[in-house]
Amino acid sequence: MTENVHELDVRRQLCPIPVIKTQNKVNELAQGAVLRVTCTDPGALNDIPAWCRINGHEVLKTEQDDREVVITLRVGEASVAL
Amino acid sequence: MSEAATPITTPEPIQRRAIALVSGGLDSMLAVKVMQEQGIHVEGVNFFTGFCVEGHTHAIRKKDKEKNKRNNALWVAEKLGIKLHILDISEEYKDVVLNPKHGYGANLNPCLDCKIFMVNQATLMLNKARELAGEKGFDFIITGEVVGQRPKSQRKETMPIISSESGADDRLLRPLSARNLPETLPEREGWVDRERLYDFSGRNRKPQMALARHFGLEEYAQPAGGCCFLTDESYSNKLADLWRARNERRYELDDIMLLKVGRHIRPAEHHKLIISREEGENRFLEGYRYQFTSLTTVSCPGPLALVDGTFESEQELRRAAAIVARYSKGRGDDEVVLEVKEPGGVAREITVAPALPDDIPLSWHVG
Repeated sequence: MTENVHELDVRRQLCPIPVIKTQNKVNELAQGAVLRVTCTDPGALNDIPAWCRINGHEVLKTEQDDREVVITLRVGEASVAL
Repeated sequence: MSEAATPITTPEPIQRRAIALVSGGLDSMLAVKVMQEQGIHVEGVNFFTGFCVEGHTHAIRKKDKEKNKRNNALWVAEKLGIKLHILDISEEYKDVVLNPKHGYGANLNPCLDCKIFMVNQATLMLNKARELAGEKGFDFIITGEVVGQRPKSQRKETMPIISSESGADDRLLRPLSARNLPETLPEREGWVDRERLYDFSGRNRKPQMALARHFGLEEYAQPAGGCCFLTDESYSNKLADLWRARNERRYELDDIMLLKVGRHIRPAEHHKLIISREEGENRFLEGYRYQFTSLTTVSCPGPLALVDGTFESEQELRRAAAIVARYSKGRGDDEVVLEVKEPGGVAREITVAPALPDDIPLSWHVG
Protein backbone atom coordinates (compact mmCIF):
# COMPACT_ATOMS: atom_id res chain seq x y z
CA MET A 1 0.00 0.00 0.00
CA THR A 2 1.36 3.41 -0.90
CA GLU A 3 1.75 5.82 1.99
CA ASN A 4 -0.26 9.03 1.80
CA VAL A 5 2.25 11.87 1.47
CA HIS A 6 1.22 15.40 2.41
CA GLU A 7 2.74 18.17 0.32
CA LEU A 8 3.92 21.66 1.25
CA ASP A 9 5.09 24.11 -1.40
CA VAL A 10 7.27 26.90 0.02
CA ARG A 11 9.13 27.73 -3.17
CA ARG A 12 10.38 31.34 -3.44
CA GLN A 13 10.04 31.83 0.30
CA LEU A 14 13.11 32.57 2.32
CA CYS A 15 14.15 31.08 5.63
CA PRO A 16 12.83 31.08 8.23
CA ILE A 17 9.44 31.16 6.48
CA PRO A 18 9.82 27.61 5.04
CA VAL A 19 10.64 26.39 8.55
CA ILE A 20 7.67 28.22 10.08
CA LYS A 21 5.29 26.85 7.45
CA THR A 22 6.69 23.35 7.94
CA GLN A 23 6.20 23.70 11.69
CA ASN A 24 2.63 24.92 11.27
CA LYS A 25 1.80 22.11 8.83
CA VAL A 26 3.37 19.47 11.09
CA ASN A 27 1.23 20.77 13.99
CA GLU A 28 -1.87 19.94 11.92
CA LEU A 29 -0.75 16.39 11.10
CA ALA A 30 -1.00 13.23 13.16
CA GLN A 31 2.04 11.39 14.49
CA GLY A 32 3.48 9.14 11.78
CA ALA A 33 2.21 11.25 8.87
CA VAL A 34 4.66 11.91 6.03
CA LEU A 35 5.21 15.44 4.72
CA ARG A 36 7.14 16.44 1.61
CA VAL A 37 8.35 20.05 1.61
CA THR A 38 9.53 21.72 -1.62
CA CYS A 39 11.69 24.83 -1.23
CA THR A 40 13.95 27.04 -3.31
CA ASP A 41 15.93 28.63 -0.46
CA PRO A 42 19.05 26.46 -0.09
CA GLY A 43 19.13 27.43 3.60
CA ALA A 44 16.12 25.14 4.10
CA LEU A 45 18.42 22.18 3.54
CA ASN A 46 20.03 22.95 6.90
CA ASP A 47 17.17 24.59 8.71
CA ILE A 48 14.29 22.16 8.19
CA PRO A 49 16.30 19.05 9.18
CA ALA A 50 17.66 20.98 12.21
CA TRP A 51 14.12 21.95 13.19
CA CYS A 52 13.06 18.29 12.80
CA ARG A 53 15.93 17.01 14.92
CA ILE A 54 15.28 19.37 17.83
CA ASN A 55 11.53 18.85 17.78
CA GLY A 56 11.55 15.07 17.42
CA HIS A 57 10.53 14.56 13.79
CA GLU A 58 12.33 12.17 11.46
CA VAL A 59 13.87 13.34 8.19
CA LEU A 60 13.33 10.52 5.72
CA LYS A 61 15.00 12.05 2.69
CA THR A 62 16.59 15.26 1.40
CA GLU A 63 17.00 15.95 -2.31
CA GLN A 64 18.58 18.94 -4.02
CA ASP A 65 19.06 20.04 -7.59
CA ASP A 66 20.05 23.42 -9.05
CA ARG A 67 16.77 25.11 -8.22
CA GLU A 68 14.95 23.12 -5.58
CA VAL A 69 15.36 21.41 -2.25
CA VAL A 70 12.90 18.69 -1.28
CA ILE A 71 12.72 17.41 2.29
CA THR A 72 10.56 14.45 3.27
CA LEU A 73 9.85 13.98 6.95
CA ARG A 74 7.80 11.84 9.26
CA VAL A 75 5.90 13.61 12.05
CA GLY A 76 6.96 12.64 15.57
CA GLU A 77 5.16 12.88 18.88
CA ALA A 78 3.28 16.11 19.56
CA SER A 79 4.62 18.30 22.35
CA VAL A 80 2.79 20.73 24.64
CA ALA A 81 1.45 23.26 22.21
CA LEU A 82 3.10 26.62 22.68
CA MET B 1 -6.89 -8.89 59.87
CA SER B 2 -4.39 -6.11 59.94
CA GLU B 3 -4.23 -3.54 57.21
CA ALA B 4 -1.05 -3.34 55.22
CA ALA B 5 0.95 -0.27 56.12
CA THR B 6 0.84 2.42 53.46
CA PRO B 7 4.42 3.04 52.31
CA ILE B 8 5.55 6.58 52.86
CA THR B 9 6.83 8.03 49.61
CA THR B 10 8.35 11.38 48.94
CA PRO B 11 6.63 13.00 45.97
CA GLU B 12 8.86 13.53 42.97
CA PRO B 13 9.83 17.18 42.84
CA ILE B 14 8.14 18.94 39.98
CA GLN B 15 10.56 19.91 37.26
CA ARG B 16 9.89 23.58 36.60
CA ARG B 17 9.60 24.71 33.02
CA ALA B 18 10.70 27.92 31.36
CA ILE B 19 10.12 29.51 27.97
CA ALA B 20 13.28 31.18 26.69
CA LEU B 21 13.41 33.96 24.12
CA VAL B 22 16.10 32.63 21.79
CA SER B 23 17.61 35.04 19.29
CA GLY B 24 20.53 32.88 18.23
CA GLY B 25 23.08 35.08 19.98
CA LEU B 26 25.32 34.29 22.91
CA ASP B 27 23.31 35.92 25.72
CA SER B 28 20.12 33.93 25.25
CA MET B 29 22.24 30.81 24.83
CA LEU B 30 23.92 31.45 28.18
CA ALA B 31 20.63 32.27 29.90
CA VAL B 32 19.29 28.86 28.85
CA LYS B 33 22.47 27.12 30.00
CA VAL B 34 22.27 28.78 33.42
CA MET B 35 18.71 27.49 33.80
CA GLN B 36 19.54 24.00 32.57
CA GLU B 37 22.35 23.89 35.14
CA GLN B 38 19.68 24.43 37.79
CA GLY B 39 17.56 21.57 36.49
CA ILE B 40 14.94 23.69 34.72
CA HIS B 41 13.31 22.30 31.57
CA VAL B 42 13.65 24.97 28.90
CA GLU B 43 11.96 25.36 25.52
CA GLY B 44 12.82 28.20 23.18
CA VAL B 45 10.76 30.62 21.17
CA ASN B 46 12.07 32.69 18.31
CA PHE B 47 10.15 35.43 16.52
CA PHE B 48 10.17 36.29 12.83
CA THR B 49 9.48 40.01 12.45
CA GLY B 50 10.45 40.40 8.79
CA PHE B 51 13.41 42.53 9.80
CA CYS B 52 15.58 39.64 10.96
CA VAL B 53 19.06 39.59 9.48
CA GLU B 54 19.07 35.82 9.84
CA GLY B 55 18.59 33.69 6.81
CA HIS B 56 17.40 36.00 4.10
CA THR B 57 20.53 37.91 3.30
CA HIS B 58 22.59 34.77 3.57
CA ALA B 59 20.28 33.05 1.14
CA ILE B 60 20.17 35.91 -1.31
CA ARG B 61 23.70 37.15 -1.64
CA LYS B 62 26.23 35.11 -3.51
CA LYS B 63 29.13 36.62 -1.60
CA ASP B 64 27.82 34.79 1.43
CA LYS B 65 27.70 31.51 -0.46
CA GLU B 66 30.62 30.05 1.42
CA LYS B 67 29.06 30.93 4.75
CA ASN B 68 27.10 28.24 6.46
CA LYS B 69 23.50 29.08 5.66
CA ARG B 70 22.24 28.09 9.04
CA ASN B 71 19.60 29.75 11.14
CA ASN B 72 21.38 30.62 14.36
CA ALA B 73 18.33 30.24 16.60
CA LEU B 74 17.86 26.66 15.35
CA TRP B 75 21.55 25.98 15.65
CA VAL B 76 21.60 27.27 19.23
CA ALA B 77 18.52 25.23 20.14
CA GLU B 78 20.17 22.10 18.84
CA LYS B 79 23.38 22.85 20.72
CA LEU B 80 21.39 23.35 23.91
CA GLY B 81 19.16 20.32 23.33
CA ILE B 82 15.95 22.34 23.58
CA LYS B 83 12.84 22.51 21.43
CA LEU B 84 12.36 25.69 19.46
CA HIS B 85 9.09 27.20 18.33
CA ILE B 86 9.41 29.83 15.60
CA LEU B 87 6.58 32.31 15.35
CA ASP B 88 5.75 34.52 12.41
CA ILE B 89 4.72 37.80 14.04
CA SER B 90 5.48 39.95 10.99
CA GLU B 91 1.89 41.21 10.64
CA GLU B 92 1.30 42.12 14.28
CA TYR B 93 4.79 43.57 14.47
CA LYS B 94 3.90 46.39 12.06
CA ASP B 95 2.24 48.30 14.87
CA VAL B 96 5.45 48.07 16.91
CA VAL B 97 7.49 49.55 14.06
CA LEU B 98 4.96 52.17 13.02
CA ASN B 99 3.77 53.35 16.45
CA PRO B 100 6.38 52.64 19.10
CA LYS B 101 5.09 53.97 22.41
CA HIS B 102 8.63 54.34 23.71
CA GLY B 103 10.07 55.76 20.48
CA TYR B 104 13.00 54.72 18.32
CA GLY B 105 16.68 54.16 19.06
CA ALA B 106 19.46 55.64 16.92
CA ASN B 107 17.68 54.49 13.73
CA LEU B 108 14.16 53.15 13.17
CA ASN B 109 14.71 50.50 15.82
CA PRO B 110 11.87 50.39 18.36
CA CYS B 111 13.94 48.18 20.68
CA LEU B 112 12.05 48.75 23.93
CA ASP B 113 8.61 48.27 22.38
CA CYS B 114 10.00 45.27 20.51
CA LYS B 115 11.19 43.60 23.69
CA ILE B 116 7.90 44.33 25.45
CA PHE B 117 6.02 42.88 22.48
CA MET B 118 8.11 39.71 22.37
CA VAL B 119 7.92 39.09 26.10
CA ASN B 120 4.18 39.70 25.88
CA GLN B 121 3.92 37.08 23.12
CA ALA B 122 5.84 34.64 25.30
CA THR B 123 3.54 35.48 28.22
CA LEU B 124 0.48 34.70 26.11
CA MET B 125 2.09 31.39 25.14
CA LEU B 126 2.88 30.65 28.77
CA ASN B 127 -0.68 31.41 29.85
CA LYS B 128 -2.13 29.30 27.05
CA ALA B 129 0.15 26.37 27.86
CA ARG B 130 -0.76 26.60 31.56
CA GLU B 131 -4.42 26.60 30.61
CA LEU B 132 -3.99 23.55 28.36
CA ALA B 133 -1.49 21.54 30.34
CA GLY B 134 -1.56 22.83 33.92
CA GLU B 135 1.62 21.73 35.71
CA LYS B 136 2.97 20.42 32.40
CA GLY B 137 2.70 23.91 31.01
CA PHE B 138 5.30 26.55 31.75
CA ASP B 139 6.16 28.42 34.91
CA PHE B 140 8.24 31.39 33.84
CA ILE B 141 10.01 33.19 31.00
CA ILE B 142 13.71 33.87 30.62
CA THR B 143 15.63 36.25 28.38
CA GLY B 144 19.33 36.92 27.86
CA GLU B 145 18.94 40.60 28.75
CA VAL B 146 21.81 42.28 30.54
CA VAL B 147 21.37 45.55 32.43
CA GLY B 148 23.14 48.40 30.66
CA GLN B 149 24.02 46.43 27.56
CA ARG B 150 21.82 48.22 25.03
CA PRO B 151 21.24 51.95 25.07
CA LYS B 152 17.55 51.75 24.22
CA SER B 153 16.10 48.64 25.73
CA GLN B 154 18.52 47.05 28.16
CA ARG B 155 18.85 49.68 30.88
CA LYS B 156 18.18 49.29 34.59
CA GLU B 157 15.10 51.52 34.34
CA THR B 158 13.68 49.71 31.29
CA MET B 159 13.83 46.23 32.84
CA PRO B 160 10.77 46.74 35.12
CA ILE B 161 8.94 48.46 32.24
CA ILE B 162 9.40 45.34 30.09
CA SER B 163 8.24 43.10 32.96
CA SER B 164 5.11 45.09 33.68
CA GLU B 165 4.04 46.26 30.20
CA SER B 166 4.49 42.75 28.75
CA GLY B 167 2.22 41.32 31.44
CA ALA B 168 4.93 38.84 32.47
CA ASP B 169 5.57 40.72 35.75
CA ASP B 170 7.60 38.63 38.15
CA ARG B 171 7.45 35.55 35.96
CA LEU B 172 10.17 37.18 33.83
CA LEU B 173 13.68 36.21 34.89
CA ARG B 174 16.95 37.45 33.39
CA PRO B 175 19.47 34.86 34.59
CA LEU B 176 22.53 36.87 33.46
CA SER B 177 21.53 40.03 35.33
CA ALA B 178 19.12 38.74 37.97
CA ARG B 179 21.26 39.73 40.93
CA ASN B 180 21.13 43.35 39.82
CA LEU B 181 17.35 43.22 39.75
CA PRO B 182 14.51 42.61 42.25
CA GLU B 183 13.71 39.01 43.10
CA THR B 184 11.30 37.29 40.74
CA LEU B 185 8.73 34.54 41.31
CA PRO B 186 11.02 31.62 40.35
CA GLU B 187 13.63 32.90 42.81
CA ARG B 188 11.13 33.52 45.63
CA GLU B 189 9.52 30.12 45.17
CA GLY B 190 12.91 28.42 45.23
CA TRP B 191 12.52 27.03 41.70
CA VAL B 192 15.88 28.60 40.94
CA ASP B 193 18.69 29.55 43.28
CA ARG B 194 19.33 33.30 43.07
CA GLU B 195 22.88 32.79 44.34
CA ARG B 196 23.64 30.79 41.20
CA LEU B 197 22.38 33.51 38.90
CA TYR B 198 24.58 36.34 37.61
CA ASP B 199 25.02 40.08 38.03
CA PHE B 200 26.36 41.03 34.62
CA SER B 201 25.96 44.65 33.61
CA GLY B 202 27.21 47.03 30.97
CA ARG B 203 28.54 46.60 27.48
CA ASN B 204 31.65 44.63 28.42
CA ARG B 205 31.26 41.18 26.91
CA LYS B 206 34.10 39.55 28.85
CA PRO B 207 31.88 38.02 31.58
CA GLN B 208 29.69 36.40 28.91
CA MET B 209 32.74 35.05 27.13
CA ALA B 210 34.11 33.64 30.39
CA LEU B 211 30.75 32.00 31.12
CA ALA B 212 30.69 30.58 27.59
CA ARG B 213 34.10 29.03 28.28
CA HIS B 214 32.81 27.67 31.60
CA PHE B 215 30.00 25.93 29.72
CA GLY B 216 32.40 24.68 27.05
CA LEU B 217 30.72 26.76 24.36
CA GLU B 218 33.41 27.45 21.81
CA GLU B 219 31.30 28.50 18.87
CA TYR B 220 28.55 31.07 18.94
CA ALA B 221 27.13 33.74 16.66
CA GLN B 222 28.41 37.25 17.16
CA PRO B 223 26.15 39.53 15.18
CA ALA B 224 27.96 42.82 14.60
CA GLY B 225 24.98 45.17 14.62
CA GLY B 226 22.42 43.05 16.38
CA CYS B 227 20.04 40.69 14.65
CA CYS B 228 17.60 43.27 13.29
CA PHE B 229 17.86 45.36 10.14
CA LEU B 230 16.15 48.28 11.87
CA THR B 231 19.32 49.00 13.82
CA ASP B 232 21.12 49.51 10.50
CA GLU B 233 21.35 53.14 9.39
CA SER B 234 21.28 52.44 5.66
CA TYR B 235 18.27 50.12 6.00
CA SER B 236 16.41 52.64 8.16
CA ASN B 237 17.08 55.36 5.58
CA LYS B 238 15.57 53.15 2.89
CA LEU B 239 12.49 52.52 5.00
CA ALA B 240 12.10 56.24 5.76
CA ASP B 241 12.46 56.97 2.03
CA LEU B 242 9.73 54.46 1.25
CA TRP B 243 7.33 56.13 3.66
CA ARG B 244 8.21 59.60 2.37
CA ALA B 245 7.64 58.59 -1.26
CA ARG B 246 4.30 56.98 -0.42
CA ASN B 247 3.18 59.86 1.79
CA GLU B 248 2.20 57.36 4.44
CA ARG B 249 3.85 55.18 7.02
CA ARG B 250 2.93 51.64 6.06
CA TYR B 251 4.66 48.58 4.62
CA GLU B 252 4.02 45.06 3.43
CA LEU B 253 6.36 42.12 3.95
CA ASP B 254 7.55 42.29 0.33
CA ASP B 255 8.52 45.96 0.81
CA ILE B 256 10.79 45.24 3.72
CA MET B 257 12.28 42.19 2.01
CA LEU B 258 13.16 44.29 -1.03
CA LEU B 259 14.85 46.91 1.15
CA LYS B 260 17.39 44.24 2.07
CA VAL B 261 18.39 43.64 -1.54
CA GLY B 262 20.17 45.57 -4.28
CA ARG B 263 21.17 49.12 -4.99
CA HIS B 264 18.28 51.55 -4.45
CA ILE B 265 18.23 54.63 -6.69
CA ARG B 266 15.41 57.17 -6.68
CA PRO B 267 15.56 59.49 -9.71
CA ALA B 268 12.06 60.85 -8.96
CA GLU B 269 9.61 60.88 -6.04
CA HIS B 270 7.24 58.63 -7.97
CA HIS B 271 9.67 55.85 -8.83
CA LYS B 272 12.67 54.04 -7.44
CA LEU B 273 14.96 51.50 -9.08
CA ILE B 274 16.07 48.40 -7.21
CA ILE B 275 19.12 47.15 -9.10
CA SER B 276 20.67 43.78 -8.35
CA ARG B 277 24.35 43.71 -7.49
CA GLU B 278 25.08 40.10 -8.23
CA GLU B 279 23.65 36.78 -9.34
CA GLY B 280 21.98 35.86 -6.06
CA GLU B 281 20.13 39.17 -5.90
CA ASN B 282 19.24 38.78 -9.58
CA ARG B 283 17.54 35.48 -8.83
CA PHE B 284 15.76 36.96 -5.84
CA LEU B 285 14.44 39.97 -7.79
CA GLU B 286 13.40 37.67 -10.63
CA GLY B 287 10.66 36.38 -8.34
CA TYR B 288 9.12 39.86 -8.18
CA ARG B 289 8.88 40.52 -11.93
CA TYR B 290 5.21 39.59 -11.96
CA GLN B 291 4.53 42.46 -9.53
CA PHE B 292 6.83 45.20 -10.85
CA THR B 293 7.91 46.69 -14.16
CA SER B 294 11.46 45.42 -14.69
CA LEU B 295 14.47 46.38 -16.76
CA THR B 296 17.26 44.07 -17.81
CA THR B 297 20.09 44.35 -20.32
CA VAL B 298 19.87 42.31 -23.50
CA SER B 299 22.95 43.32 -25.50
CA CYS B 300 25.38 42.56 -22.65
CA PRO B 301 25.41 40.90 -19.24
CA GLY B 302 23.92 43.18 -16.63
CA PRO B 303 21.69 43.50 -13.61
CA LEU B 304 17.97 43.08 -13.24
CA ALA B 305 16.18 46.19 -11.97
CA LEU B 306 12.69 46.47 -10.54
CA VAL B 307 10.80 49.72 -10.82
CA ASP B 308 8.95 50.56 -7.62
CA GLY B 309 6.52 53.21 -8.82
CA THR B 310 5.66 54.53 -12.26
CA PHE B 311 7.18 56.44 -15.15
CA GLU B 312 5.33 59.56 -16.17
CA SER B 313 7.01 59.83 -19.55
CA GLU B 314 9.10 57.90 -22.05
CA GLN B 315 11.98 60.18 -21.06
CA GLU B 316 11.81 58.95 -17.44
CA LEU B 317 11.85 55.36 -18.67
CA ARG B 318 14.89 56.06 -20.86
CA ARG B 319 16.70 57.73 -17.95
CA ALA B 320 16.04 54.67 -15.77
CA ALA B 321 17.28 52.35 -18.53
CA ALA B 322 20.47 54.42 -18.86
CA ILE B 323 21.07 54.07 -15.11
CA VAL B 324 20.60 50.29 -15.29
CA ALA B 325 22.97 50.18 -18.30
CA ARG B 326 25.53 52.05 -16.19
CA TYR B 327 25.69 49.03 -13.88
CA SER B 328 26.03 46.52 -16.73
CA LYS B 329 29.06 45.12 -18.54
CA GLY B 330 28.18 47.50 -21.38
CA ARG B 331 28.79 50.65 -19.35
CA GLY B 332 31.65 51.60 -21.72
CA ASP B 333 29.61 50.94 -24.89
CA ASP B 334 27.95 53.65 -26.95
CA GLU B 335 24.60 51.92 -26.70
CA VAL B 336 23.01 49.20 -24.62
CA VAL B 337 19.80 47.35 -25.45
CA LEU B 338 17.44 46.65 -22.57
CA GLU B 339 14.20 44.78 -22.20
CA VAL B 340 11.38 46.56 -20.39
CA LYS B 341 8.83 44.12 -19.07
CA GLU B 342 5.48 45.05 -17.58
CA PRO B 343 4.12 43.03 -14.64
CA GLY B 344 1.64 41.40 -16.99
CA GLY B 345 4.49 40.05 -19.13
CA VAL B 346 4.30 42.47 -22.07
CA ALA B 347 7.89 43.26 -23.07
CA ARG B 348 9.66 45.58 -25.48
CA GLU B 349 13.24 46.57 -26.17
CA ILE B 350 14.79 50.03 -25.91
CA THR B 351 18.28 51.23 -26.76
CA VAL B 352 20.01 53.87 -24.65
CA ALA B 353 23.45 55.31 -24.02
CA PRO B 354 24.61 54.19 -20.54
CA ALA B 355 24.51 56.93 -17.89
CA LEU B 356 27.78 58.50 -16.85
CA PRO B 357 28.70 58.65 -13.15
CA ASP B 358 27.78 62.36 -12.99
CA ASP B 359 24.35 61.59 -14.40
CA ILE B 360 23.48 59.78 -11.17
CA PRO B 361 23.77 62.28 -8.31
CA LEU B 362 24.62 60.91 -4.89
CA SER B 363 21.32 62.22 -3.57
CA TRP B 364 19.51 59.66 -5.73
CA HIS B 365 21.21 56.81 -3.88
CA VAL B 366 18.94 55.72 -1.06
CA GLY B 367 20.47 54.23 2.05
